[in-house]
Order: sequence, then structure tokens, then C-alpha cells
Amino acid sequence: MLLPAAIAVAFLVFPLVGLLVRAPWTQAPRLLANSEVLQALQLSVVTATASTVICLVVGVPLAWLLARPGWPGRSVVRALVTVPLVLPPVVGGVALFTVLGRTGLLGRPLFQLTGFSLPFSSAAVVVAQSFVALPFLVLSVEGALRAADRRFEDAAATLGASPWRVFLRVTLPLVAPGIAAGTVLSWARALGEFGATITFAGNFPGTTRTMPLQVYLELETNPDAALLLSVVLLGVSLLVLGLLREQWVSRL
Amino acid sequence: MKVRMLAAVALAAALAGCGGGTPASSSSSSGAASHRITVFAAASLTESFRKIGANFEKANAGTKVTFNFGASSTLATQINQGAPADVFAAASTSTMNTVVKAGNNAGAATPFLTNSLQIVVPKGNPAHVTGLKDFADPKKKTVLCAEEVPCGALAKQVFDAAKIAPKPVDRGTDVKAVLQKVALGEADAALVYKTDVLAAGGKVQGIDFPESSSKVTTYPICGLKASKDAATAKAFVAYVLSADGRKVLEAAGFGPARK
Repeated sequence: MLLPAAIAVAFLVFPLVGLLVRAPWTQAPRLLANSEVLQALQLSVVTATASTVICLVVGVPLAWLLARPGWPGRSVVRALVTVPLVLPPVVGGVALFTVLGRTGLLGRPLFQLTGFSLPFSSAAVVVAQSFVALPFLVLSVEGALRAADRRFEDAAATLGASPWRVFLRVTLPLVAPGIAAGTVLSWARALGEFGATITFAGNFPGTTRTMPLQVYLELETNPDAALLLSVVLLGVSLLVLGLLREQWVSRL
Repeated sequence: MKVRMLAAVALAAALAGCGGGTPASSSSSSGAASHRITVFAAASLTESFRKIGANFEKANAGTKVTFNFGASSTLATQINQGAPADVFAAASTSTMNTVVKAGNNAGAATPFLTNSLQIVVPKGNPAHVTGLKDFADPKKKTVLCAEEVPCGALAKQVFDAAKIAPKPVDRGTDVKAVLQKVALGEADAALVYKTDVLAAGGKVQGIDFPESSSKVTTYPICGLKASKDAATAKAFVAYVLSADGRKVLEAAGFGPARK
């Protein structure tokens, strides 16, 4: 038992150690001051945050609905919600084209009426990131809602609180840790998104080139910079893990 | 017998040098599949190298060729990071030079092709693109290769020569990614290799522009130091340079290497 487990840990940890060892630390100030890198980092943070807000706004109500028993098609909806989790991101990007692209189901009439098309815009980055991040939020919040004690809600209702008031004043505070975990997870997933973004949104500096795309492009000409940017993203991921510590590590 | 044949082809390749074609032996011998090589090739070579690979396997029984197609610069990085490749065919001399400079080539790289750019538009040309100047029109959604990859570097030369400042909405990471945006109808026009327009068939249309013939990229090919089967790698390079290989490449729209 111990040996395969040790192999598993080594397998997951060694690549990260490799990044830290090979990263050209002395060049860090010069490479990180590069305006393209700063642009990509800024774009990544802004779009990932916007995606997370969208996920919260539509994902929490969806999770609430999924946690309520006794409506038909619930299991089908839950299965559909988890599809982006297992779908290859590039396929997700192509799928977004078929609906929101200039020749897509919704995109075509929109383009013909207004001349607006979504691909190649920062909004498209947000859409691609929301598509892959939403399941993380919904599943976290749904799990929290299921684990919450329903009797508090029932008590509030019998004391005369409206359903909306019960949701805002009882349910949400009860599942706040689950929402926090889902928020952090979906933000991290949005930040790391690559496949759907490069397929659907594109790769233009300042508009659609996020950090993961910048890392990929730097590999073409400047592997040192790619290493260093990878370390930056690794640092962000570790920070996220730190924020989640109470959620996950305390369960061990 | 097979070993002798491969050695003969390899010797011919060594003698052929720059741009010269050598007819590859088409005789095949029976034997177990024991020669496997991996060829890293520019994305723009996808269709023609698949054909050449199949022909090469037929001509050399017991030989298996696998391909890794991608942006030349990505492939060069992978090779320099120690990827187990036997042959590298790049879409520009400068990309090949990064491999040569790192000492990962086996022998000199041979220039074997040239390729030029063409404007590609969706079928029917909905945005009425007529020439290079349309790339400077912010109302038209145009896509170019990133300047870090060979097709983007060549596009930069073309625009610089024409004194046009393009305003693309996207920068693809390889030429096939750029072409895909036009084939999907999401972009009004892109600048890709002439050969890619041909390979895409009827989904897209190519538009020639006068500046294209003066700016070409040269494709070099060479065996790699990491190869465990240098003889087969050499034979494959020779086959690409042979009359058989040349026929496939010319049919795909590539031009001969210039001296």
C-alpha cells in the first residue's frame, strides 16, 4: 500500500518541484515586467473574476433547485451540469462556436441584427471560462445544501418568513462555507482555462490572451519565460489551496 | 538485404545534398516490422507528409513512421527538451536553427521546399475581401498567425514590405488553427500558406496578392541526434527529397527550394 501511494505523491509533486528548480529566478524581474505578461495576468484576473460572478449568480439558484427533492428530470439536469467537467475543453470551445459563434444557432441572428459577434472578444473569454467553471460551483453548493439541516428552514417558515426571506436569511448563511469553496474552485478553474478559451475566444494580446495562453506562446520562443509564468500560476493555485484549507484539509 | 537498401538510400541522401532529388528504391523486402521512426513536422506538412509516410512504409516493408504535427516552433522546443524524435521538418530556417544551435541535429539541415502565403476567406467571401489592405480595416475580422511561429513571422514580412499595419482580432498558435477560424466562418479572412488553402478543399477560397511571391519561407529537413534508428531516419529524409516525395509535395502546392 505504502509504495504505490508514495509513487502517486511523487508523480504529482515532482513536476511542481521541477518547475521551481528550473525556473530562471534571476530573470524574474525582467520577464515579469514585460508588458505583455502584465496584460495577460491582468486579463486573467479580471475575466476569471467576472466568470466567477456569473457562476455565482446563476449557479447558486441552480444548485438550490438541484438540492430540492421531488421534481422530475432532476437527475438528468444534474448529469448535464457535470458534462463540462469531463468534456475536453477544446470540444467545449467548438460547442460554444456552434451556439454563440457568428454562424451559430444564436450567434447568427445576433450578428445579422446587430453586427455583433462574440468570438475574439474578452466577453468570449468570460463565456468560455464560465462554461468550464460553472459545474465546480454548482456541485460544491449543492453538496453543502444537501448536508445542511433542513429543520432551520422549516422553523423559519413556520414562524412566518417568506420563502425568499428563508433563502436569504437562513439557507444562504447555512451553506456559506460551501459557497465560498465553490467560488474559490470555480475562480481557480477559470484562471487555468486554456482549451475552450483558445478555441472559442482566440489568442490576441490584451483582449483574449490569458496567462495560460501566454505560457503556451512563450514556450515557442522563450522557454525560460514560460517556466517563470508557470511558477506564477502555480503560486496562485497554492494560494487558492490555502484559502480552501479549512474546507478540505480539516476534513482529513 | 533491407539494411543494405536503407544504407544505400542514406548514402544517396548524403551525396544529394541541398535540394537535389534522389530516386528512392521502390523495392521492398519481407521482414518483421522493426524500424520505427517518429517524424516531427510543421502543421502545414500534415496532408503531404501523411501521404509520403504511407508511400515510404509501402516501399520499405517493416518500417513504421509516426508523425507529430504542430507549430514548428513548438516542435523545436519539444526536440530541444529531449523529445524522442528521429526527423524534423520545420516551416522556417530560423526555427530549424534553434535545433541546430542546441546541437540536436544529425548532419546539416537540407532546405527542400518553399511555401508562400495566400489570403483565405470563407466560401463566397461574405466580407468582400480583395487584398492585403483589408487586414488593416478594423471592421473586418481578420486572423493571423502569432509572430512567434513561422507563418506569423512570414506574414509580418509581407505586411512590412507592403507598408500595411494589420489589425487582426486573433493570433493563432499554428497555421491550421488560423485556417479553422475561417473555415468555421468566424473570421472574414486570414493569411495562411497556399498549401493549406488547397488542403482545405472547397470549404474556403484563396485569394492571391501580388506581394506573395517575393516573400517565401524555406522548409528545411534533417535527421536528429536523439534518433535510435539513424539509418531509417536518413532513409526517410532521402525519400522526402526523392522524385516520389517531390511529386506529392508539388501536388500539394509547395514550391522547390531556392538556392
